[in-house]
Amino acid sequence: MPATRHVTVKDGDVLVLVGTMKGAFLFRSNGARKTWDVAGPYFPGHAVYAMAYDGRAGRRRLWASATSMHWGGDLRSSDDFGKTWTTPAQANVKFPPEAGLSLTNIWQIRVGPNEQPNVLWCGVEPASLFESRDAGETWELVRGLHDHPHRPRWEPGGGGLCLHTILPDPVDRHRMVVAISTGGVYRTEDGGHTWNACNRGVRADFLPEKHPEFGQCVHKIVQHPRRPHTMFLQNHWGLYRSDDGGDSWHDIAGSVPSDFGFAMVIHPHDPDVVYIVPLESDGFRATPEGKLRVYRTRDGGGSWEPLTNGLPQKQAYETVLRDGMAADALDPAGVYFGTRSGKLFASSDGGASWRLLADGLPPIVCVKAAVIGDPKKVRVPKPAARKKPASRKKVAIRKMAAPRKKAATRKKAATRRRR
Amino acid sequence: MAVRVLLPAYLRPFAGGRAEIEIPAHPPTVGAALETLRVEHPGVVDRVLTESGGVRRHVNLFVGETSIRWTGGLETKLDDFCEISIIQAVSGG
Repeated sequence: MPATRHVTVKDGDVLVLVGTMKGAFLFRSNGARKTWDVAGPYFPGHAVYAMAYDGRAGRRRLWASATSMHWGGDLRSSDDFGKTWTTPAQANVKFPPEAGLSLTNIWQIRVGPNEQPNVLWCGVEPASLFESRDAGETWELVRGLHDHPHRPRWEPGGGGLCLHTILPDPVDRHRMVVAISTGGVYRTEDGGHTWNACNRGVRADFLPEKHPEFGQCVHKIVQHPRRPHTMFLQNHWGLYRSDDGGDSWHDIAGSVPSDFGFAMVIHPHDPDVVYIVPLESDGFRATPEGKLRVYRTRDGGGSWEPLTNGLPQKQAYETVLRDGMAADALDPAGVYFGTRSGKLFASSDGGASWRLLADGLPPIVCVKAAVIGDPKKVRVPKPAARKKPASRKKVAIRKMAAPRKKAATRKKAATRRRR
Repeated sequence: MAVRVLLPAYLRPFAGGRAEIEIPAHPPTVGAALETLRVEHPGVVDRVLTESGGVRRHVNLFVGETSIRWTGGLETKLDDFCEISIIQAVSGG
């Protein structure tokens, strides 16, 4: 097995957690996010589809799902930033015998709100939700969703039948939205006892009926804690917005080159700013025209702009998967994404410019970002003041002045010659 | 009358670092042997069998030199003094 490198992490640092098909890596920097230390690989040979950072109640805990193709998977945690990890004596996330199911993979780890510091959830394949109320010591199947009458008709997508998105309401602890590929969006308002399909307006191009009650292949949903009833959804064909907590969705694809894609991230401070990476068709599933472009909306989906500064724009047929993009909580926000070809890109200015942090990693399936300690206390250097471009008027004046000066010089020279 | 279970390196941390475990009470089948093993070493059996009770897809079990795939799976009968080998399949990528 390869030697594992470690990083020393302190309060105020930024960590990017990278899960790959063959292990996990950590990228550490300070508030400037200019230079990065790399640690890993952790769990070499294991697929790490889900990672999370739990900084609640004084913890400094990393979580990772480590799944061996041979021996199954479980959740591991580290309280020393990866130097040591728990190895559960018994699988800590497993279906009860009467469920008749076996865990295939853990796709999502979601830390609960600060007011519930011991609550975590994880979404798994086959699609189910597990909950822990003791900070991850024990996990229990959420029966209300597991026993849903729709379950027998959920179908696996290309990645498997997975529950990959968990959005607890930041205000109402009884309310939560989850997403399943392919099953669609489901919402509970009674703490997980009952769930309703919330897919009105979301299309399912791969089914004879294009707008069924459920069965959509939702790839990712994001919401902002300040405006939880507004959500954005990247579908298997389709970009959507809901302003009523998921009761209805409307199309916001607008000018993007393709409304197919997987990853979607919301800005940490602005609920109208969302990032996506469009992919060309569900057949090719790579960036259109060989150009790696992140698209950003700054008006809640009204319009989209390509972000390309620092990203390859030739022969870049990349794929960014549903959990392959994340943002940190600093200001300006850092945005990060990883590709199936093992490249990790980072922006420390909200997407205005990008740089390659790593190349040659195993296929990246998960990227998460965390600020250690209070993000408000982190010193973030101000971006270098850009040279103000000269106004058109000034440029015009200069252009006009130059010939005049030359003419004057020529006149003087002619006078000198005459003398 | 004992049955010996031989463990690969991956599973040894879940058995106190041991490479082999002896099951003194002679279990009649491979499945019964694993259930006996589960009492003392649940972490080993969790990683060999799924929650549904089947052998994981990429794990092979041999009794002597014969894979249980060809001899009845977990119902494979055990002779006295036999060895069960738990081996990682060659699959990967």
